Amino acid sequence: MRITVTVDGTRYTDDVEPRMLLVHYLRERLGKVGTVIGCDTSNCGACTVHLDGHSVKSCSVLAVQADGCEVTTVEGLAREGRLHPVQQAFHDNHALQCGFCTPGMIMQAIDLLADNPDPDEEAVRAGLEGNLCRCTGYQNIVRAVRDAANRMRPGAGPEAEQVTEGAPARSGVVGGGA
Amino acid sequence: MTATLEPEVGKARLRKEDARLITGRTRWTDNVSLPGMLHLAVLRSPLAHARITKIDTSKAKELAGVEAVYTATDLDPDGSIALPCAWPIVPDMKHPRRPVLAADTVHFAGEGVAVVVARDPYVAHDALEAIEVDYEELPVVLDMEAALAEGAPLVHEDLGTNRNALWVFDSGEAGTGGDVNEAIAEAEQSEDGIVLKRRFRQQRLIPSFMEPRSVVVDPTAPQLTVWSATQVPHILKTMAALTLGFPEHKLRVIAPDVGGGFGGKIQLAPEEFMAILVARKLDRPVKWTESRSECMLTAHHGRDQIQDITLSARKDGTVTGLKVDLLADMGAYLGPVTPGVPILGAFMFNAIYKFPAYRFACTNVFTNKTLTDAYRGAGRPEATFAIERIMDELAAELGMDPLELREKNWIKHEEFPFTTVAGLTYDSGNYEAATTKAKELFDYEGLRAEQARRRESGDPVQLGIGISTYTEMCGIAPSRVLAALDYGAGGWEHATIRMLPTGKVEVVTGTSPHGQGHETAWSQIVADQLGVAFEDVEVLHGDTQSSHKGLDTYGSRSLAIGGIALVKAAEKVVAKARKVAAHMMECSEDDLEFANGTFTVRGTEKSTSIQDVALAVFAAHDLPEGVEPSLDSDATFDPENFSFPHGTHLCAAEVDTETGRVTLRSYVCVDDVGKVVNPLIVEGQVHGGLAQGIAQALFEEAVHDESGTLTTGTLADYLVPSAADLPTFTTDRTETPATSNQLGVKGVGEAGTIASTPAVVNAIVDALRPMGVNDIEMPCSPMRVWSAIRGRSAPSEVGGVEAGGGLGSIDASSGGAQ
Repeated sequence: MRITVTVDGTRYTDDVEPRMLLVHYLRERLGKVGTVIGCDTSNCGACTVHLDGHSVKSCSVLAVQADGCEVTTVEGLAREGRLHPVQQAFHDNHALQCGFCTPGMIMQAIDLLADNPDPDEEAVRAGLEGNLCRCTGYQNIVRAVRDAANRMRPGAGPEAEQVTEGAPARSGVVGGGA
Repeated sequence: MTATLEPEVGKARLRKEDARLITGRTRWTDNVSLPGMLHLAVLRSPLAHARITKIDTSKAKELAGVEAVYTATDLDPDGSIALPCAWPIVPDMKHPRRPVLAADTVHFAGEGVAVVVARDPYVAHDALEAIEVDYEELPVVLDMEAALAEGAPLVHEDLGTNRNALWVFDSGEAGTGGDVNEAIAEAEQSEDGIVLKRRFRQQRLIPSFMEPRSVVVDPTAPQLTVWSATQVPHILKTMAALTLGFPEHKLRVIAPDVGGGFGGKIQLAPEEFMAILVARKLDRPVKWTESRSECMLTAHHGRDQIQDITLSARKDGTVTGLKVDLLADMGAYLGPVTPGVPILGAFMFNAIYKFPAYRFACTNVFTNKTLTDAYRGAGRPEATFAIERIMDELAAELGMDPLELREKNWIKHEEFPFTTVAGLTYDSGNYEAATTKAKELFDYEGLRAEQARRRESGDPVQLGIGISTYTEMCGIAPSRVLAALDYGAGGWEHATIRMLPTGKVEVVTGTSPHGQGHETAWSQIVADQLGVAFEDVEVLHGDTQSSHKGLDTYGSRSLAIGGIALVKAAEKVVAKARKVAAHMMECSEDDLEFANGTFTVRGTEKSTSIQDVALAVFAAHDLPEGVEPSLDSDATFDPENFSFPHGTHLCAAEVDTETGRVTLRSYVCVDDVGKVVNPLIVEGQVHGGLAQGIAQALFEEAVHDESGTLTTGTLADYLVPSAADLPTFTTDRTETPATSNQLGVKGVGEAGTIASTPAVVNAIVDALRPMGVNDIEMPCSPMRVWSAIRGRSAPSEVGGVEAGGGLGSIDASSGGAQ
């Protein structure tokens, strides 16, 4: 099947097998290897990306379902050499060790902050429940997400993506790349 | 001028590693893609023990896109390849051959029987369906005690027994203490004596590193190149050469970014060897990347012991003897250190206490399950759990406060160095200081008072306080100790420092980080030693071409051994530079002072920086007689002793007596890991360690059904905790430097895991003790806790064995060899 997908700001048109998972399309066809695969039962969340502005586990989406959609991966977050506030907060709060869960964790955290710009600890923990980390015990991840929330105030919705002052993110695309 | 004024060591530097990891510019093995690369998929046995009567691969071979399908006969025609076990713990150890693929018999569910090679991973997996295998089922051996019984079916017929080895340490025989049987007999006979016996079970765990394993082999490179998601690239290189008879100098192993390991990636896995064999056979690059389900089924598991503990004491609480009888489940095969894992615990059961007599006996047992091997702590969490649990039981028997009982028996800070009944010399420690701090942070007295109130009022939610005052041995290991334990290699570590012409520094380390932050911490150490900027140091690791020598990362060894190798190499760089600096400034070497990267002629203003010296050495126009034009230096450090982190962990657990649900209300730990290079990294290691230890206490268990099928084979069934399942931890430190190394460091990778499991279980038992509960098997699921409250023993009487419910792995009444 022929699909057209915009990934991190670039349009791609490809023929894919109907059964191909979005995560395999991203990794194997587009070379977007920043998004990783941690399990085969959609429990770990390592493959989380944004599909038209909402977080999805890309191992649970077929590439053909993304036809006509915009996908944002962890590779599309930084703009003009500047990290997204959530990326920066993960670094500043030592919220990663091996870093394998990090792409998914960051994408999920951005989605969480779009829904709730000022989550308390419990809300962060609940919001990240679908993303597993084996290294950090989550404490610094929780700290990082709340720190990012502070940095992005008022930062609700797509504006949470705003990294350059005065330049609103494209409507409907959370974390859309330039 | 790039001199560092305040020391780098001790600074909470943000990590250098993060930049690529938070932006997705990572180099995981599965990201490697090579021209003409083929993909492997492994067909695995669904049965735990069976004879293969037929394998027909013809249909699979005909599928479009399939290049080849191989069985054991193809890859190892004469059945001579045996995957390595580096630790024959006793001379008469029974050691089955572990093949790359099973030839005629499968010994655990998940063992590989054939491998498909295809142009595309989807096609490779399709082809697995087209392979026909006929099996003739054999009786399965699952329960360790049943496996040892007379007439039990055998996991490996040719070994004639399911007993892998018996390993004994006896302080009376070793001359490190008294005879424990005498101590126990004396306590039994004396009015003033008490003898406690307890059986604890260490359930089987799955390391569950987040990055599934992956191997890429390129046979077209000048050196056959292996990328692997491994903790041990250097060991893999040497063992691949030895195992396959491949010339070692024609091999290059690369561990690129590796997504966690926790011991689980010291593997030397069949698939690593399989990929090399297939790549050479086809002369094409190949890749094998496992699914999570494959990982949980076939990557080694951890723990799985039955611990019979006998403790003797006087009624004032003074301990007089400790006797440990273990059964340790090897699974079906022996991995790199499988038989030695429980032996690493042999020196730790006595823990921080002054037992005058000690005996440890461990029987290793084969079963038809996935093999076990090192998992975070490897032997030491098991030991710490048993001793910390039974110390609480002793306190309860004697009606003493469990902290007071511990204090009565632990080594006092002024008694270090202290040689223990197990023969180790603890160089330093201050258990009093760590405990005092932990009690304050925890509000120990306040929580005890609340506990009393809740008990009195009959609150349905009871409060329990759990204690764990642990120590561990880190820095695996002095080579002479490993020799004494019949280990197949040494325990040194290597480092090289290259001074570049522009004054920048390349550090080559033999450690192989996979989340630990060595790039950051090693930069801090070298920056201090050479007086160069943190940013000017680049750490190279994990590629045997650049880092040619090393023994890799496990057993909290990297800092305490690899870090010291760095210091030694830096000292050599400075010594070489000193000669040149003296020549440049026309003075005697003795007149030079070196600080902050600058050589100064004592009593003058004359100085030159180490960077200037590096440039002068590069030019080599004017060097002193006999001095070669290089400051580059290396060092290989072999430690004299282990290091001994310790600490006090306190856990407050609320237990709902109506539902059995456990909620951790607060968790305080004060760890003493010696000098700290980077407090941010140390805290992170403690957090992650706590999470894994708490997970053992509350959530995780690898469960096999009565036929030997792993029923917790996905992350939906095997309960790795999420953010919502864990509390916020209060962590703090005391700092008693190790005296066994120059940096005073001890290691921190495993401490949190070792200490936390007994703290949590002790808290739960403490909450329920007035209800007559004195033990609950791990994981302490609501069902188990609820059953314990009602005086029933889970799992055998309640609910049976099921996946994901935290119920018993194997119980003799329903599973195992019968």
